[in-house]
Amino acid sequence: MSPTIGMAAILVTAVATILVGIVGIRAARTTSDFYVASRTVTPFWNASAIGGEYLSAASFLGVAGLVLAYGADMLWFPVGYTAGYLVLLVLVAAPLRRSGAYTLPDFAEARLESLPARRTASVLVVTIGWLYLLPQFQAAGLTVRTVTGAPQWLGPVLVAVVVLVGVLSGGMRSITFVQAFQYWLKLTALALPAIFIVLVWQSQGTPTINQDGPPVFAADTSVEIATSVSVAVQEPLEVWAEGIVNGEPVDGALRLGPGSHTLTTGTEVTFPAGALIPHADSLTPLAGDDWLLPLRAASEHPLYSTYSLILALFFGTMGLPHVLVRFYTNPDGRAARRTTVAVLGLLGLFYLLPTIYGAIGRIYTPELLLTGRTDAVVLLLPGRLIDGMAGDALTALVTAGAFAAFLSTSSGLTISVAGVLSQDLIGRRVRNPVRAFRLSALLALVVPITLALSSPSLGIADVVGLAFAVAASSFCPLLVLGIWWRRLTDAGAIAGLVTGGGLSTLAVLGTILWSPQSGWWGPLLAQPAAWTMPLAFLAMVGVSLATPRRIAAGVTRTMIRLHTPESVDLNRGDWDPEDRWRSRT
Amino acid sequence: MRERVTVTHPSRLRPRMRPASLTHEIDEQTELGEVYISSLIRSQLRLALAVLTVALGVLAALPLVFRVFPEITAISVLGITLPWLILGVVVYPAFLGAAWFYASNAERIERDFADILNRR
Repeated sequence: MSPTIGMAAILVTAVATILVGIVGIRAARTTSDFYVASRTVTPFWNASAIGGEYLSAASFLGVAGLVLAYGADMLWFPVGYTAGYLVLLVLVAAPLRRSGAYTLPDFAEARLESLPARRTASVLVVTIGWLYLLPQFQAAGLTVRTVTGAPQWLGPVLVAVVVLVGVLSGGMRSITFVQAFQYWLKLTALALPAIFIVLVWQSQGTPTINQDGPPVFAADTSVEIATSVSVAVQEPLEVWAEGIVNGEPVDGALRLGPGSHTLTTGTEVTFPAGALIPHADSLTPLAGDDWLLPLRAASEHPLYSTYSLILALFFGTMGLPHVLVRFYTNPDGRAARRTTVAVLGLLGLFYLLPTIYGAIGRIYTPELLLTGRTDAVVLLLPGRLIDGMAGDALTALVTAGAFAAFLSTSSGLTISVAGVLSQDLIGRRVRNPVRAFRLSALLALVVPITLALSSPSLGIADVVGLAFAVAASSFCPLLVLGIWWRRLTDAGAIAGLVTGGGLSTLAVLGTILWSPQSGWWGPLLAQPAAWTMPLAFLAMVGVSLATPRRIAAGVTRTMIRLHTPESVDLNRGDWDPEDRWRSRT
Repeated sequence: MRERVTVTHPSRLRPRMRPASLTHEIDEQTELGEVYISSLIRSQLRLALAVLTVALGVLAALPLVFRVFPEITAISVLGITLPWLILGVVVYPAFLGAAWFYASNAERIERDFADILNRR
């Protein structure tokens, strides 16, 4: 695969996105257009748009990488990403649409009639948005480097520039059809190469995916180290190396004894067939039956970790900032439900694919365990199995799909975060609303991009999992109790948001900065949802019961608004999220 | 001069004054209106919890089943071991089925509610 084709695929995706953003500015004239341009869109297209925005780098690249390294337990990631929409459908979809809220802070304000509740929700939207943007940028760096060999920082900067141009020129998100197109692009970009990969795999006599022992190189394999990595060698290895190993320049045969070895950028190492694959220190890949069967992870308490992850993914989806806004483009509550049903179909279709890449990648891209870049398996596999022009074309296709994934998710998140920053946090200091929004968009991007460039590379799907955990411990209780329990008070909501959101954010920071390896601390901090989510619910219910006088005055009217079908002519109150914009201009 | 006043029994000429419509009861947040709204919310919540309990319950039981009966995980169907087949393929159509079941029932509850309100 030549770098030019990869770069061309990335640039075409980027330019197309910017162009669409510029055309979109003419279509979207008012704030309401900006969000609601597509009131007449059918549930099928709305669902495609939701899928297009939701399927991020974690789904497109991360899941396959995790399956490659850790096997059966990782199948819970795509299952959870999909199940989250089932929970969203039955608990919040229709009432949320009927509330008329554009954003989560809007919902908090409308339901609780309290500005402090709104501001607390705003801070959490920004936290979750940044946590979700971080892995998107890391993935962009990985993709650009894997495909073109360009330095790591180029990818994030490219994505940030395209997103910024798109957002500032008038709202990429106004165009439902663009996001819808992104879904079908991503599906095609993953499905078409997958078909070829399976065919080639079958033509080679379907070699066994799961070898008995630890993974070995099937043939002589030479690996070029793109980023310095330290690897753990279990048995003495005779390799041929050119470059710098353990700080010493080498050129020729080399014996690597058991222990840790550092391979510096640019080094080329050739391993003989049958050699045990040394794995990056940052990974503890599973082998043999441990990979094939669930709950065999080397980590302690795999049962707790699995359940906590399930909980976070099931209940976190409804609290993701960029998911809610998409629901407003449905004409009514019934359409919001039908859209969600269609989303479940589209996501199910998509998530059949990453597993295929992860499993077959086990045979054909074993060196990813060495470099630790397992997230690259989707990008490498087509070129590895299919030669010549066809292979190049398929690689270009997955590259374009991956880039589309970063762009659509990042722009959705950036708009959500920037909207909240400009309305609730910066807006009070900067008078001009347009300038406030631009400043916010810049800030919304700069913080996660700085983190992405400076922090150690964490697994894409892992960090996204943490964002889900924070959402499940904060917005899930707010939405569920707010919609179904009329005794929720603003004090209770704030207490719950601070308890759940605060504790899970601390756990995330603990995992990233401290990463304890032994005992209960590791799983408790890496998968916090199982204890932070119940605590958030407890705090909300407890404090609400203790402050019965603070129940919102208009709660009965709000409940009527949330739950009655639009076909019945009722007084639903006059709250309108757009009042905020009107009063500002 | 005396005024002439026609005195008639009201029920003879026309039915008694019509009771306030249900939408009016709900708009005015009378007790009767409250009853209708609460029962709508309760039936929707019951449906939601039923679907969640069945769908997520079955799913959440899987890790436990795999843990308690490890021999199940070794069964292979069409060359794919059971955990991979269930978590990688079977769950997705199952989700779609559950979602469709929920949506059609939730719409039925809303239709019934609208019918009651429009009938009176």
